[in-house]
Order: sequence, then structure tokens, then C-alpha cells
Amino acid sequence: MATEDNEVEDHRPLVLIHHLPSFKLPLQDRLITHFRLFDSLASPEASSVRALICVGPTPVTADNLDHLPSLRLVVGSSAGLDHVDLAECRRRGISVTNSGDAYSENVADYAVALLLDVLRRVSAADRFVRSGLWPQMGEYPLGCKLGGKRIGIVGLGSIGSEVAKRLVAFGCTVAYNSRNKKPSVLYPYYANVHDLAVNSDVLIVCCALTNETHHIINKDVLTALGREGVIINVGRGALVDEKELVQFLVQGEIGGAGLDVFENEPNVPKELFALDNVVLSPHLAVSTPESFEALNELIIANLKAFFSNKPLLSPF
Amino acid sequence: MDSITVLMTSPMSDYLETQLKDRFNLVKLWTYSSKTDFFKHNSHSIRAIVGNTKIGADAELIDSLPELEIVSSYSVGLDKIDLRKCQEKGIRVTNTPDVLTDDVADVAMGLMLAVARRVCECDRFVRRGLWPKGDFRLTNKFSGMQVGIVGLGRIGSAIAKRAEAFGCPISYYSRSEKPETNYKYFSNIIDLAVNCQILVVACALTEETHHIVNREVIDALGPEGILINIGRGSLIDEPELVSALLQGRLGGAGLDVFENEPEVPEQLFGLENVVLMPHVGSDTVETTDAMADLVIKNLEAHFLKKPLLTPVV
Repeated sequence: MATEDNEVEDHRPLVLIHHLPSFKLPLQDRLITHFRLFDSLASPEASSVRALICVGPTPVTADNLDHLPSLRLVVGSSAGLDHVDLAECRRRGISVTNSGDAYSENVADYAVALLLDVLRRVSAADRFVRSGLWPQMGEYPLGCKLGGKRIGIVGLGSIGSEVAKRLVAFGCTVAYNSRNKKPSVLYPYYANVHDLAVNSDVLIVCCALTNETHHIINKDVLTALGREGVIINVGRGALVDEKELVQFLVQGEIGGAGLDVFENEPNVPKELFALDNVVLSPHLAVSTPESFEALNELIIANLKAFFSNKPLLSPF
Repeated sequence: MDSITVLMTSPMSDYLETQLKDRFNLVKLWTYSSKTDFFKHNSHSIRAIVGNTKIGADAELIDSLPELEIVSSYSVGLDKIDLRKCQEKGIRVTNTPDVLTDDVADVAMGLMLAVARRVCECDRFVRRGLWPKGDFRLTNKFSGMQVGIVGLGRIGSAIAKRAEAFGCPISYYSRSEKPETNYKYFSNIIDLAVNCQILVVACALTEETHHIVNREVIDALGPEGILINIGRGSLIDEPELVSALLQGRLGGAGLDVFENEPEVPEQLFGLENVVLMPHVGSDTVETTDAMADLVIKNLEAHFLKKPLLTPVV
């Protein structure tokens, strides 16, 4: 006699969604078709789970890892992984993936948008018109030409390359500093950011935040960039010595800045609010529906590869 | 050449004014309290006009200056000059093409990105101290958006080249098809508007192109569409544009030019999906100086009986 089996056996691999209370994984419901999800380190499943998705900047610490003895994969949902204890992961043989190329175009678009805004005063001009000042004041201060500017890219990874490709079409020249020189790249390479700054009119910060790159844009670099220089930061706030940058901007010792990230988000130094040569955005260079679709597909692809012992798509 | 009298129509550039004063006998139209006063003192001495987008050389002005030989415009646009009258009277006309192409194309891109990614709105969000209260919402990806260009001239082509670097498919409507480009041609502006997400107006203002972007075109572009104008205000039916934006029939607009500058419809001031600039397409230090130099060079060439550098008539 055949037994009626109402329960289909669940072959979905187990995955931990590791998230701070205020952070939600976009499109999480799409994962349920492929994976069994839980979200607490206190759950009994923590001891057997082999993969976790780290949502946004939720830290992954040695202590967390102590509660996850079977863990072999951390799937990041951001380009940067400065919130993950990478050394501990390496020590324990845990692989880590990031968002790969999923965000690159969007971040590059925003970096160019910020640069155009600073040089041609888009936001400041918009404020001027909306305040009804145009009929009264007639003229508006001149901006700076983008064509011909020397762009220095700090970190020529996926995002930096997309920025470079766009700005070349505007008639800019590109040079870069990266951890290592890239032999297939034709842009001039500078071994340190100071030298890059000396030879650039604009610095665009696109690199990862690590112990080595903390405050990589410091007083020395800002001085080297010069009074007409412009800084665009779409990486992490702590890549720039924010106090120094604010001083430089307030004193007029640098030309301008476009900033999507800050050292202590969501707090932004109030001295910047009065400046017309600064453009501010609330860490949203990645934030388009298309980014999150692409990220979701990548997360699923990385997890599927892992669970079938195939190579990861975006190992960090 | 300081015996040659040149008329400057409005205060357009301190640098240009100085250069003109150094070389010619400069008369400034705006320093006269009335037209009659101006004509009484100068009508028989003026041999050249330097005009701009505000005041050019209309029929009345040309007719009242019997010694006029050349109009050298501090602009690439010629809509403020009565070209037919100049042609009839054998008056030369020059403008300032090429030197400002890149800067105007850059402003077009700046407006597109600012509207698509809400850059100005985000900046306002941060400056108002709203970020600690919650995140801004998502905005649409710019790379890959279909861009339609009205007028594939120098500026239109420069815009296309830049947008291509963002992976944007390019289509256009122009007086004539340009087979040397790979861009998709549409023989009318409605079809162009239907088939693109961002419509960029980059053509010259003539009798034919007045209000070329009308209600029909705006509706074809639609509630997800973005309209960018770096040409002339009157290329767009401005009241129709305003009502389309207020009613949500158009997704957004980036405007550097308006029908009645410096007046801008106040209903736009409260909208988050528009970006407004005060006709600054060519306004960089580098380009304004280059434009001024070109005006001077054209005038000098004319009075030295050499070939003009950038003649239109």
C-alpha cells in the first residue's frame, strides 16, 4: 500500500540573512524559491548553516563567526566589505563575495553627475533660479569647463573603470592609482595618491576602505590637488579626512567637492550646507531598482555556485 | 582701428568689453536712456554690432544704422538677428560655433543626470537635515536610457557621443538624415518622442522650429519621459510644458533656456522633477573667453579685408 506523502522533501539549502534591525535585503522574497532562510544567530540552525548573506553594512565579526561553526561563505550585498572581518574569514577558510559589477554603472553615473554638478554649478544654479533671483541679478557666476580636465581615479576597479570610460567621452584625460598597476590598462599609473593629485585637476575616489586606505585623501593630498581641485567621493566616507576637507572647503583652499558618503552617516558637517561649490547626496549612488535586481541575481548565482561546488561569481 | 565705431548691445562679457574698447571706439547701447537719444548720437558712425542672445540685430536696428557693415554675434544661435535683412543689405554676420559645443553638451548631460538621478533634490534633502530621519528613495538608472536628440548638429552630436559612453542607445530627428552616424533616424519628432525616454532639444530656433515640442510631442514622450532643452526656450511650447509637468503627464524636465528669459514660470519652482538653470550652457571662464576672442578676430578680419573666420551671411 503506497503511503500518501503530503510533504515534499525540502532540498533548498539553508542560508542565514545576517542583518541589523534597520537594514532589509531588497527583493528578499525572491530568494525563498531557491533557499531556506532564517535570520537569527540564536537559532539552532546557526550551528549547521554554511552560507550567510550580509545585508548592507551589517558587521560580520569574529564573535559572529564563533556562533557559525559550519560557515564557509559570506555573501556581501555591497561593493565595499569594510564591515566584514576579512582576516578572520580568511583564517577560518570562509570565502567572501561582494556585489561584483551589479552597482558599477550606477555608481559611475552618479560620480559623473556629481562632477558635472560641481563644475557647472547645476544644483547651485537651480537654487538661484528657484529663488527668483535671475530677473533681479541678471548674471550668474561662471562655471569651469570639464573638457580637458585631468581626472585622477583613486581605485581603478569595476567602478573606477566605468567612471574613466564615461569621462573620456567628455574630452578628459585619465590617470589612476590602484593597489597594483594594471598592465592591460593604458591610462598613466601613479604609485601613490599624492603624485596622482599633483598631476590631476579632479580626484574621484572609488576604492575599497581598508586599514591601508583609511584617510587616503588627507591634508597632503588635498594640498597637492590645489586651489582649483575638485574631489568626488563615491567610495566610503572614511577614505577622506573629513575634518581636513571641510577646512579646505570653508577656507577656499580647494575648488569644490561632490560627496555621496561621509565619515559618520547620516550626519553631514553643517559647514558644508552654506557652500555653493559642494554637492551632497545621502549615500545613494547605487540606489536604483536596476542595481537591486542585478544584485539579487548575483546573490542567487553566487549561492547556487557555492552549493554546487562551482566557482563563485564575485569572490572578493 | 579706434576710429571704427562698434556697438555692443548688452553687457555680455567684461573681457569682451575690454577687448573691444582697446581696439575700437566702443558704444554701449545700455548706457543710453532712450532709443532716440542713442540714435541721435550714433546712427551714422556705427559700422559693427556685437550682439548676443538677449539683444541681437533686428530690422529696426539694422535700418537705423546706414553705415552698418557687420554683425558679430557673441553666440552660436542666430534667432535674434534678422538674417534676411542682413543678406539684402550686404551686411556680414558671424557667430561663435565650435568653441562652445563641448560646454553646452556638458550642461545637457548634467541636466539629464540631475533629473534622472534627482541630484539636486538629493542635495536639498541633505541640506535640509532630512537624512537622519530616513533614506531617500530609489531613482532610475541612467545608463542605458534611450536618448532622442532633436537636431543632430555640432551640439547634438557632442551630446550623442557623451551619452553613448553611458550605454545609451541614440536616436534623432533632424532636417536631414545623417547616414555617416550609426544612430537611428526618425523622420518626424513624434515618432522620436514615442521611442525614447529622454528627449534632448538641441536644434536652432527658426520659424520652422518654433514650438517644435508641442503638447502632442510632450504627450508622446509621456509620464516616464524626460525633456531636456539647451537650445532656445521657444523651441518648446512653455505653457504646455508647465501644465504637463503639473499634471504628471511628463516625467521630468531639465531646462537651461526659457521663452521669456530671465522670467521662468513660477509653477516650476515647487516641482522636484525639474532642474532649472539660467541659460549657462556656454558659461565657463574658458569658453566665454574663447567666444569673445572669436568675435574680436571676426571683426578684425572684416576691417582688415581678410576672410571672416566663422561667417554665417
